[in-house]
Order: sequence, then structure tokens, then C-alpha cells
Amino acid sequence: MAGKPKLYYFNGRGKMESVRWLLAAAGVEFEEEFLETQEQYEKLLQGGSLLFQQVPMVEIDGMKMVQTRAILSYIAAKYNLYGKDLKERALIDMYVGGTDDLMGFIMMFPFLSAEDKEKQRATIVQKATSRYFPAYEKILKDHGQNFLVGGSFSWADVHLLEAILMVEEKKSDVLSGFPQLQAFKARISSIPTIKKFLEPGSQRKPLPDDKYVETVRRVLRMYYDVKAN
Amino acid sequence: MSGKPKLHYFNGRGRMESIRWLLAAAGVEFEECFLEAKDDLVKLQKDGSLLFQQVPMVEIDGMKMVQTKAILSYIAGKYNLYGKDLKERALIDMYVEGMIDLNELLMVHTFQPAEKKEQHFATLVDKATNRYFPVFEKVLKDHGQDFLVGNQFSRADVQLLETLLTAEEFKPDILAKFPLLQSFKARTSNIPTIKKFLQPGSQRKPPLQEKDVEKVMKIFH
Repeated sequence: MAGKPKLYYFNGRGKMESVRWLLAAAGVEFEEEFLETQEQYEKLLQGGSLLFQQVPMVEIDGMKMVQTRAILSYIAAKYNLYGKDLKERALIDMYVGGTDDLMGFIMMFPFLSAEDKEKQRATIVQKATSRYFPAYEKILKDHGQNFLVGGSFSWADVHLLEAILMVEEKKSDVLSGFPQLQAFKARISSIPTIKKFLEPGSQRKPLPDDKYVETVRRVLRMYYDVKAN
Repeated sequence: MSGKPKLHYFNGRGRMESIRWLLAAAGVEFEECFLEAKDDLVKLQKDGSLLFQQVPMVEIDGMKMVQTKAILSYIAGKYNLYGKDLKERALIDMYVEGMIDLNELLMVHTFQPAEKKEQHFATLVDKATNRYFPVFEKVLKDHGQDFLVGNQFSRADVQLLETLLTAEEFKPDILAKFPLLQSFKARTSNIPTIKKFLQPGSQRKPPLQEKDVEKVMKIFH
């Protein structure tokens, strides 16, 4: 047994990607087991490893943690990426909630029909540029610091960078009205652990493709249509 | 200015109800400012009170907090309802996130179009009785304690009680196969702050009626 956290998920981004980002940002090495077949999933279920019968699941510190938010909070706290007190924690939780909502629009994207994809792309860009990016732009502008909360690198910074890059994949010039976010992106990307994660060969996962969608549908027997929101 | 937390939302459960529950359980008095029409929401958006243009928003300790999970975590942390260490916190978070998933299903039921309601009801009952309730029944059975985590009252207990009671509104016998959840419900309902919240006249909100759905939709859409 390695002692490293072990991630159980599909070989793709989905809900596990934020966990990969945060562990990488914290400089924590981790292992991954990729779900490819229904049998693997059934085995996890039968073995009682999945509290609510769902992945993501992360084996960490003797626990089989599920629920993405719970996993991320635990990692953030353990590796001192959660602020120095209750109020900084509150700010981090608020900011992460926003980027979580934004990335939620993107997460279902691969499962949509071609027509719905175009509509959803527009929705993602609209929400990013009119609701979320302005909020973070203002936060950075108002305090003039390098990081979102308390002058210190935190989970909120990692999550925001992840969200920015994901939206840029949908529209490459989406940051054009947001100078603070552009500088933020450059700054955070050059933090050594993050820089490493952004290089080829890291455990960062690429944009989901048809193979990923097919694997998820097959393993979860998710053959219904997913609607855009 | 009273110093009490002030809740901004419409006069109904929605995403604010869990916050009302937690404040009440912690014995914290709070005020409410109800959105009655779209203009009320627009006013809050325009004066910069809503970080992401959305409610719930809670004015508390000099902050205008948004994002339900963030608000709940802050309240739990402040009033010692979040376990005694990181690992207890992890358990509480896991349990609560599961309950929130179930709560979400319950909450959206009233908004389902007529032709989808029956199917949605079946899904909700199935998930409650096959996915979520068995987990908490087992947790209680395995440790035999009164509270879900660390033998101490926490936000997980508050959230579970709220979820159990809401589920029973949908199907009164939904706890039939879960004796420990039934005794948990009775026991937790008797905690003085909670007992008070469950009495008529408290700030607990009733379930959303069909006739009010349109009014709520108009505020948010």
C-alpha cells in the first residue's frame, strides 16, 4: 500500500478533475484506478466502497471518501489551502461555489446533442462573462492582491484557474474584457506545482471525447438524454 | 441594526430552508426579508449585494454571504456543529452532501411538469429508500450512538432530520423499513431548539403549494 491517495473514476475529467487539480496544486502525488467496465463498477458497489453508490471516490487517510465537495474540503484543509480562519474559509467557500456552478454548466456538455451543445456553449460564455468573471475581476481589483483570499494561495485560486481554462476551451478570447483575470491566470499558472500539472504527461485529463462519453454511459447505464440547462 | 443574521429569499423553503433549520438548531435568532416580486430581486442585484446575482443571501457578521453550502458551513463552524477535527468534518461533509442531493430531488418535485411528476415521484422514493436512507440507518446501527458523527450533535443531524421530515411529507410511511431513523427522528425532534422550530409560529416554512409555483417562477425567471 502506497499511502498515496487513490482516485476511482473514469479516465476523464468529470467531477474528479477538480480533485486532481487540488492534489496537484498541493504537491500531493496520487494514484488512479479508471472505471472502464460495468463489472469494475459493480465490484466497487458490491464491496461497499461507494457510500451513495457513486463515484468520485477517493481513498485517503484510511477513508473511502465520496461526494466531491467533501473530498475537496478535506484536501484543502489538510494541505492548508483553506484560509487561516472561519471568515477566510467563508470567502473561499463562496468563491468555490461560484466556480463550481460555472463548471457545472460545462460538465454536462459532452453528453448533449450537437444542437444543444451550441446552445450550451452560448450559455456557458454568457454566464462566465456576465455573472462569474465580473465577480472575480472585482474581487482582485478591489484588494489588489495576488490571490483571491487573505493574500495567500488557496483552493479558491486553484478552482478559479481550472474554471478559466475550461471556459477558454469553449471560447479562446473569453478573458478579453478581464485584465485582472488575465494576470491572475498567468500568475497562478506559473506556480511550480501548477505549472507541472499543466505540462504534458501530467495526470490532468484532456477535453472529453466520444470515447469518454461512451464509457460513462456504458458503465453507469446512463442511456437517457441529458438536457441542457 | 440588530446584529442578528438577516436572510434574503422568497417566503418559502427552497434553498434557504436548510439555513433556517441550522440557525434555529443553534439557537440563533434571525430576521428575514422576503422577495415578493422580480423587482425585489433586481434591486438586490443592482445594489451589489449578491456576489453572483443570486439568492440565498445572508447578512451575517458583516458579510453578505451567498452560496448555500458556504453559508451552512460558516454557521456550522461558528456554532460548533461541525465535529471536533478534520476527520469528523469529512464524515459530516460526506453525509450532508448526500442528504443535499436527496433534498434537491425533493425540492424540484413541485416544479416538475405534470406529465413528468409521477415518474419523478417514483425516482425520489426509490433514491430515498434504496440509496440514502439505508446509509444513515447503517451508520446509526453500526455505532449505536444518538448522533451521526462523533457522539455529538452536529449539522449532519439537523440536515438529516430536515430531510426525513420532508420525505415524509411526500410519502408518510417512507420510514417504515428504517427503525433507527424513526427513533433518530423522534429523539432529534425533542432537542429543545429543534422542538421550538417545529412548533407553529416558528420561522419554518410550509411546503410550496402548486398555486405558489407560478409566483416563485416569476421572481426568478
